Amino acid sequence: MSGPAANVTVVTSTLVHAKGLTKHFGSFEAVRGIDVEVSKGEAFGFLGPNGAGKSSTMRMVACVSPRTGGELRVLGMDPDVDGPKIRARLGVVPQQDNLDTELTVRQNLQVYGRYFGLSRSAVRERAVELMEFAQLTDRADAEVEPLSGGMKRRLTIARSLVNDPDLLLLDEPTTGLDPQARHLLWDRLFRLKQSGVTLIITTHYMDEAEQLCDRLVVMDGGRIAAEGSPSELIRRYSTREVLELRFPPGEQSAAEVRDLAERVEVLPDRVLLYTADGEAALSAAHARGVRPVSSLVRRGTLEDVFLRLTGRTLVD
Amino acid sequence: MNVHVLGPFRAALVAVEGHWTWYRRNWRATVISNFLQPVLFLLAMGVGFGSQVQAGEATGGHPYVVFLAPALLVITAVQNAVFESTWAVFSAFKWQRSYQGVVSTPITPAQVLYGQLLWIALRLAAGTAVFLGIAVALGAITNPSAVLAVPFAVLAGMAFTAPVVAFTATREKPDSFNVIFRFLVMPMTLFTGGFFPMSQLPDWLHPLAWVTPVWHGIELARGVTFGTLRLLPAAGHVAYLSALVVLGIVLGRRYFHRRLAV
Repeated sequence: MSGPAANVTVVTSTLVHAKGLTKHFGSFEAVRGIDVEVSKGEAFGFLGPNGAGKSSTMRMVACVSPRTGGELRVLGMDPDVDGPKIRARLGVVPQQDNLDTELTVRQNLQVYGRYFGLSRSAVRERAVELMEFAQLTDRADAEVEPLSGGMKRRLTIARSLVNDPDLLLLDEPTTGLDPQARHLLWDRLFRLKQSGVTLIITTHYMDEAEQLCDRLVVMDGGRIAAEGSPSELIRRYSTREVLELRFPPGEQSAAEVRDLAERVEVLPDRVLLYTADGEAALSAAHARGVRPVSSLVRRGTLEDVFLRLTGRTLVD
Repeated sequence: MNVHVLGPFRAALVAVEGHWTWYRRNWRATVISNFLQPVLFLLAMGVGFGSQVQAGEATGGHPYVVFLAPALLVITAVQNAVFESTWAVFSAFKWQRSYQGVVSTPITPAQVLYGQLLWIALRLAAGTAVFLGIAVALGAITNPSAVLAVPFAVLAGMAFTAPVVAFTATREKPDSFNVIFRFLVMPMTLFTGGFFPMSQLPDWLHPLAWVTPVWHGIELARGVTFGTLRLLPAAGHVAYLSALVVLGIVLGRRYFHRRLAV
């Protein structure tokens, strides 16, 4: 990637500032007053179940969706006033690909670059660089329609970089991709992060958030439920380790182990013990004569945090 | 990198460039409906059916095919506009979602609309110009002044296009497009004086024809071709057609914004 543009005005270190930000669709309150600060060079994540308000927030930050209320500054400017100026310096990867599927890979990049006021020769060069970056060079002149989901996603990301953005917004970048495609995408995003691009990512994949995000917020029901780095959140809302005791359905003996952990959660086939030392809790349980079908000690993850904060019930 | 926000006109031109990139790859698929179909009409109605019609008062003293050709120019523009202002626009909103991609750039929803309308206008100009050339080659048009009928045909086509594009922007499903074709475009093609003089229609139908862009377009195209156009009626027709275009743009701006900035 080439360096940041020399002719753009210097931005303060806060790229996104939101205070009491709300978004209503008719009587539905998608976002109910959130405060967010994203600094230059950060990889910031919005986690949350479907319908938590992540995408609505992203669309407001992307300056395509006017806010209902609250304060919002993106790159130091007000989206209601300077939408086009802000968008000129953003890269957007929407949840649903919106490539021109009847054009070639190269044409998609060139046509899109022209919307940013780039000259024909500039977009020609840029397309070549970006196809290299997205590992699509050998498909340069192939039509987009028959490409795999992973390739289309890579092309969407490449396209979002055509203007060398200061801030890249990725709405569920790897949803629906196979593991190989996801890892390749993560690798590309990691490289962007290393090169100093500020990333904002929404996801409901915890591994993705742990891989990519320096800092994140968990959203639920249009509000922010928690904020911090992945390790901070695990410390605060979960425990270092989790002991899983598996029982035949309906035969869990939660009462006998309740005092062995900071917190105990009973699921239909399992009992989860949140504790700093899983092995010790397991020995103690054995000593009391608890005989699970199987047991597993694992480290606490963001998934535990997520489920604790947003519950196990389906929200749709 | 020299990124900058384009003005409305440049933005519309860049949007047209995007359409052109698509067209360069896919123009073959449009040849039959855009260029061949109107010629078939001219051959069947003008040359074939027209051979049975005597030149007389109803045809302004011209052979039928000569009487018909300028009107077909306008009808061609409107028929070419139908697909471009319904299915193509609907797809860009709903299926391809390409408009959503464009408004993530500095381009605004209104500029997306301008680009789309400008592109359709160019397509109509190309379609009618090709038809004019073929009509000349077939001897259906002999007057050099018929060249002036092309801009009038495009204007009539855009007077139909602009409001229909605005309407399309409000649609969540494409159901109504066939209705537009059957109950708006077909009668507008058949009963507005193109194939036979309006005097053959009952009086109460005349006002219905007068509100259609096709009738105004045919009056202009035929008038300029045969040199019978007078200034005042011409100004009236142009004003009415322009008003429809402006109405379509005003509504279209509102609906494009509503659809793309939510």
